[in-house]
Amino acid sequence: MIFISLFLTFFKIGAFTFGGGYAMIALIQQETLSNGWMSMEDLINFVAVSESTPGPLAVNMATFVGSRIGGFPGAVCATLGVVLPSFLIILIIARLFHTYAHNKYVEGAMNGIKSVVIGLIASALFSIFITVFFSSTPSQEQNTVPSSLIFAGALLAADLFLTRKKLHPITVILISAGLGIAAGYAGLL
Amino acid sequence: MIPLIEREVCETHHYIKKEELVDIVAISESTPGPIAINSATFIGYRTAGMAGAFSATAGVVLPSFLTIFVISWFLTQFESFRAVRYAFYGIRVSVVVLIFNALCMIWKQSPRGTMPYILMAAAFIAVTFLNVSAILVIAAGLVIGIASVMAGRNIKKAGETK
Repeated sequence: MIFISLFLTFFKIGAFTFGGGYAMIALIQQETLSNGWMSMEDLINFVAVSESTPGPLAVNMATFVGSRIGGFPGAVCATLGVVLPSFLIILIIARLFHTYAHNKYVEGAMNGIKSVVIGLIASALFSIFITVFFSSTPSQEQNTVPSSLIFAGALLAADLFLTRKKLHPITVILISAGLGIAAGYAGLL
Repeated sequence: MIPLIEREVCETHHYIKKEELVDIVAISESTPGPIAINSATFIGYRTAGMAGAFSATAGVVLPSFLTIFVISWFLTQFESFRAVRYAFYGIRVSVVVLIFNALCMIWKQSPRGTMPYILMAAAFIAVTFLNVSAILVIAAGLVIGIASVMAGRNIKKAGETK
């Protein structure tokens, strides 16, 4: 049953997402690709859409994946699944502990988790990089590594220049969408 | 979003004190799940018990849920359009840049030292090349972090020197 499996998958993802939404990209990637729910390209599109809307990345991704796979009920199941672990854990902590955050074992555990999360994000970055630069473009089957690399170079330069001015992710996404459309109609893709 | 929480929760509505909020944010950061949801649940519970926790959590999730649901519906209608496919091709390139940025930001706040570096590299290799479950890797990080405290070899926090 698709709804139960959406709920359980996102419950698992919610229970293991520490430190912002980025660590969960690797988790979502493993879970959704192994279920055959979507392609890597779809997943990367979801990251972009989730980044360009307000709200926590984890919730946005869950709603998006859920609605894509199971319509409105799917979105509800996936979102409930991703929120429920946080909700339950916080209720327990709010009731039982007041010194939780300053406990040295909790700090130790968090340091361990923060370290592996760096590895997980690097892993997501690596596989997204491979997919983006070595897969087919909208109009051709062959990869166009040189043109995507020029594309990325331009974006990275713009991004590095503009991070100092605290450019919002949505601006980067909109600029690249515009570049994509321009390049597509110019016959470069 | 923490300044926003502070203004709304401490100054406008006086649900909790500012000192309490610092603790709540610290706990929200060290429990699984998005910080926004964790702190909403916590503040809701402190202010009005179980019903408060439920309303605050629903309140923080609902805007995202509705926005994304509408966007997803639109995308399904228009994704076969040529311009939309070109746009998403460009957008996927920008996602690489965005995640690279996020990685740099998180790197700045990450633990330093031999042990954390080994954990980072091991996690990367395990997930990327050996197809180890990311959940297992996080659980391993948690266990190793606790074990190193027990062994008295506390991993240094970012910014701390020996």
